[in-house]
Amino acid sequence: MSILGWVQIVLVLALVLLAAVPLGRFIARVLGGERTFLSPMLGPVERVTFRLAGIDPTRSMGWRGYTVALLMLSAVHFLLLYAVLRAQYYLPFNPQGFTGMSPRLAFNTAVSFVTNTNWQAYAGETTLSNGAQMFGLTVHNFLSAAAGIAAAAAVSRAFRRVRGDGLGNFWADLVRITLYVLLPLAIVVTILLIALGVPQTMLGSIDVTTLEGAKQTLAIGPVAFQEAIKLLGTNGGGFFNVNSAHPFENPGVLSDIIENWSLLVIPFAMPVMFGCIAGRRRDGAALLTTMMALLLVFTGCIYAAETAGNPLLHALGVSDVMGNMEGKEVRFGQALNALFAASTTATSTGAVIAMHDSLMPLGGLVTLLLMQLGEVVPGGVGSGLYSMLVFALLAVFVAGLMVGRTPEYLGKKVQAREIKLAMLAVLILPLLILGGTAISLCTASGLGSLANAGPHGLSEMLYAWTSATANNGSAFGGLSADTPLLDYGLGIAMLFGRFAFLVPVLAIAGSLAAKPTVPPSAGTFPTDGPLFVGLLAGVILILGGLQFLPALSLGPLAEHFAMLAGKTF
Amino acid sequence: MQEHLRPALVVVALSTALLGIAAPLAFVGGAQALAPHAAGGSLLTLNGKIVGSSLIGQNFTGAGYFHGRPSATTAPDPKDSSKTVPAPYNAASSSGSNLAPTSAALVSRVKADAAGNSDIPADAVTTSASGLDPDISPENAARQVARVADARHLARPAVQALVDRWTTPPLLGIFGAARVDVLRLNMAMDAASR
Repeated sequence: MSILGWVQIVLVLALVLLAAVPLGRFIARVLGGERTFLSPMLGPVERVTFRLAGIDPTRSMGWRGYTVALLMLSAVHFLLLYAVLRAQYYLPFNPQGFTGMSPRLAFNTAVSFVTNTNWQAYAGETTLSNGAQMFGLTVHNFLSAAAGIAAAAAVSRAFRRVRGDGLGNFWADLVRITLYVLLPLAIVVTILLIALGVPQTMLGSIDVTTLEGAKQTLAIGPVAFQEAIKLLGTNGGGFFNVNSAHPFENPGVLSDIIENWSLLVIPFAMPVMFGCIAGRRRDGAALLTTMMALLLVFTGCIYAAETAGNPLLHALGVSDVMGNMEGKEVRFGQALNALFAASTTATSTGAVIAMHDSLMPLGGLVTLLLMQLGEVVPGGVGSGLYSMLVFALLAVFVAGLMVGRTPEYLGKKVQAREIKLAMLAVLILPLLILGGTAISLCTASGLGSLANAGPHGLSEMLYAWTSATANNGSAFGGLSADTPLLDYGLGIAMLFGRFAFLVPVLAIAGSLAAKPTVPPSAGTFPTDGPLFVGLLAGVILILGGLQFLPALSLGPLAEHFAMLAGKTF
Repeated sequence: MQEHLRPALVVVALSTALLGIAAPLAFVGGAQALAPHAAGGSLLTLNGKIVGSSLIGQNFTGAGYFHGRPSATTAPDPKDSSKTVPAPYNAASSSGSNLAPTSAALVSRVKADAAGNSDIPADAVTTSASGLDPDISPENAARQVARVADARHLARPAVQALVDRWTTPPLLGIFGAARVDVLRLNMAMDAASR
């Protein structure tokens, strides 16, 4: 670790915060249907869309209506993407002449993009046509992100002081977020990325003759636009197999800073938006502080683990000055690598600039843990906020138990129904992650998928189920994921991880929205101060830590100590 | 249920048209007009022929060239398409090694490449994330100066000066790592030898 490395990490995060605060306020205004500086340009598009789709933005929905609408969008879009992936051979923009995906891989991929996971059981440049990337995946990157933000907005509205307003109109939210937030940001980021060398062309590949006279085929395509929304929407499905480590996705240091900023800015804008919508800005700031503090700590852990270098290679004469360089590119340096690895697993992005399979055991442990904590520091666009609010309810519940008082959060009484639903949502994670890993490792097919032996093999399988359930999408990439067991198994984990979490959370929102706001009294636990930040961080860490510590001990921790003892597998 | 079907269908259809077709194509057209080099893959030409992309590494093996990092990319085995064979810097199929830090395969590979030397820059014996890393560290380049200079019968300081010419410092002196652009350095070597 070096001071200069920390300066890089802190400066990038400062740039994120600087933009996230005004962006959060802007998103709150957009979702409230207020006029913004973009209205003169985009207002007509919005109104035409509303008219064609029969959307009445003033008609607020209850939690059931909101949920059904969200599920309907996901179902329709899933079917369309499945069809596109199967039929890409017959669709336009296929210079590579790729044939359709197999049914099971198309199922896995379609689920993965509908759930904002973007798990890649396929290698982009050898499987997908430019057309399938464009009107298949890119569109999903927008809509699944917008759906997540809409759900977060609905949950935020439950805390408003006025009762009986419902949770908002899902369709209006979806259209407004896409038009006023995601599209303008994506346009700006795309332009910057193209200027820095990210390709945007309809060619499929370019043949060159190298200096030494060999033939090299450069896979290429309309990368830049997809790259922009892939990060802004915390999607993470790369155009290429190695994702943002590919020089065409991330050519240099400046592009990397822009991409890292992009994947954090909306998640950090979410608590600000929450504060505005709920009319409790200080409570939003407390959530943001918790997110940022934990992200900094975990980034530091990865940074320390990776700069220490691999003692097994050091023994062979390799210098430790650059740290662990297996699976890393030269241009980024360890500090930005650590920040990206932490950011991508702390949000639901899953894009990578280094191969997580080759991270040091403790570096890999942190990426696993960040996903297992439920992706709340800051979490995916929208999903991070509503997951964080579940933890906030659990935190005030724990505090309430200590003093024997009915807990409240932002003036809403938190009672048995809310806590039951919150636990129902939270318990999805250990059930699918630990259960899925255990079952897979008992089958010959699961064991055959592993690329590495020893404790790291366990980590590989654990990572896959964690990534799928937490809707992250990054991988310990050595794992052969395109098998019937993992295509269908992880597909189901992604579906439950998204919707079996989201539906109870919207039910909580419905229940809270119906309750009156109680005025604060002397006995009210303040949820906007450092004490609450500490309590919330504690609940997140203890809940996540206790559930997954045994599995992490058998995987990365065991590997770490084996490595120190000089053992290889 | 049915009241939601129409908005779902219309929103998906409009998004596909606008975000999936119109916007990407507009960017392709705009980029072609305003930044054809950057949007077209940053291709480098020599005597009118494309010799590569300035962003994508190549597999250099000759003694007179600076060598890039080991690459873990593969290609389908011509004899059996269900298997793969090593194909360093295969830019049609990016891939890392995905070897664990405790992998015996990693340790034996590095042992062979290290060949008993000491203080080896880590990037010289480790594979990159993409398998296409265009850069090496300045320390790695410095260790190759003697070999390249001898093979080309050039003075070592002159070769080191070219290395320095193609070394990019960290952005603003702060962000990222110093790096040497291998392809353009080797093009400069060819030009210097001519």
